[in-house]
Amino acid sequence: MQFVDTYTVFWREMLVLKRSFWKFISSVLIGPLLYLVAFGWGLGRSIQMDGSSYMDFVVPGIIVLTAMTTSFNGVGVYINISKLYYHTLEEYQISPISAFSYTLGKILAGCVRGLISAVLILVLGYIFGTRISIGVFFFLIIFLTCFLFSALGLIIGLVAKSHEDMGNFASYVILPMAFLSGTFFSLDKLPKIIAYLIELLPLTHSSYSLRTLAFNGELPWISIAVLTGYTVVLFALGVVVVQRVR
Amino acid sequence: MIKVEALAKSYGNIQAVINLDLQIAKGEIYGLLGPNGAGKTSTIRMLTILTLPTDGKAFINGYDVTRDLAKVKKEIGVVPQHLNLDEQLTAWENLELHGRLHKMPRIERHQRIEELLEYVELSGRRSDLTSSFSGGMKRRLMIAKALMHRPAVLFLDEPTAGLDPQTRRKIWDLIRSMNAEGMTVLLTTHYIEEADILCHRIGIMDRGRLIALGTPQELKQKVGEVVLEIVNQGDTDYKFFNNREEAIHFAAKLEKNIFIRESNLEDVFIELTGRKVGDE
Repeated sequence: MQFVDTYTVFWREMLVLKRSFWKFISSVLIGPLLYLVAFGWGLGRSIQMDGSSYMDFVVPGIIVLTAMTTSFNGVGVYINISKLYYHTLEEYQISPISAFSYTLGKILAGCVRGLISAVLILVLGYIFGTRISIGVFFFLIIFLTCFLFSALGLIIGLVAKSHEDMGNFASYVILPMAFLSGTFFSLDKLPKIIAYLIELLPLTHSSYSLRTLAFNGELPWISIAVLTGYTVVLFALGVVVVQRVR
Repeated sequence: MIKVEALAKSYGNIQAVINLDLQIAKGEIYGLLGPNGAGKTSTIRMLTILTLPTDGKAFINGYDVTRDLAKVKKEIGVVPQHLNLDEQLTAWENLELHGRLHKMPRIERHQRIEELLEYVELSGRRSDLTSSFSGGMKRRLMIAKALMHRPAVLFLDEPTAGLDPQTRRKIWDLIRSMNAEGMTVLLTTHYIEEADILCHRIGIMDRGRLIALGTPQELKQKVGEVVLEIVNQGDTDYKFFNNREEAIHFAAKLEKNIFIRESNLEDVFIELTGRKVGDE
């Protein structure tokens, strides 16, 4: 029965996504397109990374970055608005569904948004001349990234007491993570102590593992384990936050 | 049907509801009347599990609102004071979502949606996004949504606030017809006329406390069924009498502008609290 409820929450999100699909696509594309033009075509033409083009290097980073922001905002911003302004969260609070079902439904919908954005960047990257390897684990890492950042978005969206708080979290946590987690450059270039700190961030493991797979490297088990750990912890925390929200 | 024992709610140092006791019978329309900040909405939010009580107990159909959450959720329909429709969905989809969340079987769900859209006169707008609806239409759809899973108790928090008189009367008709079908209704309002016309019994709340309780007639009798307004250089004094003869007899001795009328719930409220219902 829990999964029927999860599907109901997911169904509502898909209805809304279907209705605003092209608006969603255009808003998702604009940022990555600028990154690809600026860092890939512009700056990247003169840079070689470990024998391959900078464009090939940066595309996996842009994929996880976009998956992160799309999932986080796709869940967090909407939940925050529905709680504070539209009061539609109350519909779920007074309905006989579990916090588990609600959390899972919202997060899976965030994953769909994130995965669509990732696929779009892959297609864009291909158009821009990128040739990277894609396989099952490549998509598993994108899915884990989407899942954990959707869960984080849900938690912050419910905990934030204003829309401004949401913006502050994005400015102080999401934005630095987007640029520092090895998305646009290799962490080898950084001082060790800073590199260690950055390795604590989940997006670092997303970009590292995706890039490794894109260049036919060995399966990055440690990073996959770290991402899975973050996913489990943030999902459990999300369920607790949903249970307690009043 | 609803039983409340020593219920209390505090927000920091502010006591919104203090030691509230209520008993509401099945099939009753019970009104909580009071000014803004009297504790009406906090009471409704506690009874509809949207906020936890600080103290006391409350039961809906025998189920504890702090423990038997799943059972309470099946028993109640809620129309909050603020608009809470999903404006990214159509009228039909809003009801469909509510029915799915309450695990109604597909055929029953769709029949109920048709029935309710007809009932609130929104059949013609079923496929429109609710963001395009007027305030009255949104309020009617909110009532339909709350009724979707056939709850035993309906909570209406200021159901007609901000609506025009015509829409207000339409909603009164809806409430009456739901009650005629056996539904228990607990509503809050600060409209005197609304409480007087709709409610079988009224509890008057002020500063978090229930200060009077009874049928509209009983409450008026409590202060006097006839009121004499004595206008004195811009100020008006009110004197209450059990009947018109007593009031006329008293007025005959006065050499001032006077006006005799039947008392209303506003008079009851002013007499009990020294303030008007609309005051903060």
